[in-house]
Amino acid sequence: MVEEEGFRRYIAHIILWIGIAIVAFPVYIAFIASTQDNALIANGQMSLLPGGHFFETYYQTIFVGTSGSTREPVGNMMLNSLVMALLIAIGKIAISIISAYAIVYFRFPFRMAIFWIIFITLMLPVEVRIYPTYKIVADLHMLDSYAGLALPLIASATATLLFRQFFMTVPDELLEASRIDGAGPLRFFWDTLLPLSRTNMAALFVILFILGWNQYLWPLLITTRDDMQTIQVGIRKMITTTDALTEWPIVMATAVLAMLPPVFVVVVMQKLFVRGLVETEK
Amino acid sequence: MQKQAIFQSKLLPYALVAPQLAIVLIFFYWPALQAVIQSFLLQDAFGLSTTFVWFDNYIELFRDPAYFESIVRTFLFSFAIAVSSLSFALLLAVMADKPLRGSMLYRTLLIWPYAVAPPVVGVLWIFMLHPSLGIIARYLRAMGVDWNPLLDGDQAATLIILAAAWKQISYNFLFFLAGLQAIPKSVLEAAAIDGARPMRRFWTVTFPLLSPTIFFLLVVNIVYAFFDTFGIIDTMTRGGPGTSTVTLVYKVYSDGLLGGNLGSSAAQSVILMIMVIVLTGIQFRFVERKVTY
Repeated sequence: MVEEEGFRRYIAHIILWIGIAIVAFPVYIAFIASTQDNALIANGQMSLLPGGHFFETYYQTIFVGTSGSTREPVGNMMLNSLVMALLIAIGKIAISIISAYAIVYFRFPFRMAIFWIIFITLMLPVEVRIYPTYKIVADLHMLDSYAGLALPLIASATATLLFRQFFMTVPDELLEASRIDGAGPLRFFWDTLLPLSRTNMAALFVILFILGWNQYLWPLLITTRDDMQTIQVGIRKMITTTDALTEWPIVMATAVLAMLPPVFVVVVMQKLFVRGLVETEK
Repeated sequence: MQKQAIFQSKLLPYALVAPQLAIVLIFFYWPALQAVIQSFLLQDAFGLSTTFVWFDNYIELFRDPAYFESIVRTFLFSFAIAVSSLSFALLLAVMADKPLRGSMLYRTLLIWPYAVAPPVVGVLWIFMLHPSLGIIARYLRAMGVDWNPLLDGDQAATLIILAAAWKQISYNFLFFLAGLQAIPKSVLEAAAIDGARPMRRFWTVTFPLLSPTIFFLLVVNIVYAFFDTFGIIDTMTRGGPGTSTVTLVYKVYSDGLLGGNLGSSAAQSVILMIMVIVLTGIQFRFVERKVTY
């Protein structure tokens, strides 16, 4: 091993802890603010230690919401975000894995054309076609619906490419073997390919769930009813333009609640998360 | 590359690709096409009639100093975000790559901000640096800085760059760490035997070997700064003060929504599409070639 004297290691530890502090500081402040009194914060008198309003603030945030700006319980917003994130993650995996299966394991006219049609969508995020997409969703009467929230975000190729790549590495002998056993294409898919794809699906699910939960611009445009708001949209509406009316402890409690599920997923499923991140970026 | 072992079926493959094809056609191609068509049309003030105006929307855009400014601003933001976030993340990754006790814990404590949504990032940072109640703003003023990002455009821009770079540290850190761990230790040992000190080893061996990762991250960070900053900007400054934090994506949004100028908004979308395609193209070429020295 290359020499690594004690002094240098010491420095490394210090730099890493400084990095961690910088990364964690804004979140610490948010948590502290969510336990303090609004009047104190509004005066710029906030302290750096937790206050005594933890239960009160979080109860009001989750079950009641702000008293001025949105008046929508954040619990409900979280439910909307959860449904949207799950629909995006599961929907994308489901439609992608079957289309990748068709493209890899069958020969049919227009196979490559279809592959390219799907592949090109990789390049353009929803932001660049936002208003036309809005119009289509409106024409289909899907504003303020979960389908409208999720479907346009499902239209992308990352997952298809990933499964295609994975299927190419599955040995041909497996198919031969199950064919000898008398299995047809659907049986092979269900009994052999799906179990083999489990880890890939899980890694992809972790990433897609986080991306889905964190969507902002699209839900902002297509939700008009308060009870369909996602938490990311809700938090923005809580910050009123006249600063004096912003209920900061509730805003900060919402920020903490908005971070909890995706951060939990990253920390607890770190291996899958890292794998998913690296694979979707290829 | 093709599979040798395949199934024979006439209809099944079409049934399998149908759901994705339908979604992609309805929610991707149709709107993208609409954007292109709309960019050639002009709508009257009441939205009652439209006329085909060729490239007028585009010409008008490029004559508009506000649009030109937002292009320059977007690139400046992207550059500042990428450089600051990349360099800080690289420093942390180099430290975490050392054989330290608790290195897994360090990784966990550094990667979680990836999961924080852009609008939440915006809320966290505006709260700390809010001119009247921000906890950091208090110290800045005590040090004699005239801090008010709600009135001062340059300060607002700084605030957005800081917040956006903060969020991106974890992503860059993760990829740098993976890149560092892929460098064969024997190369570094050889350099050490040749008498190269750690700093020199980093700049002459590690850094060049890391160049594919750096390039890849540079492109990803620029694309991130183009699109994902929207949530940060919208919660922190809403493009203000004035237009000092209006990026290209923010302009598409606000011109279409608030201004109702759909032709111009569509033309901006098309320009943005072309930019992203170029960026992705560059990324693909480099990823395929796996550049190393």
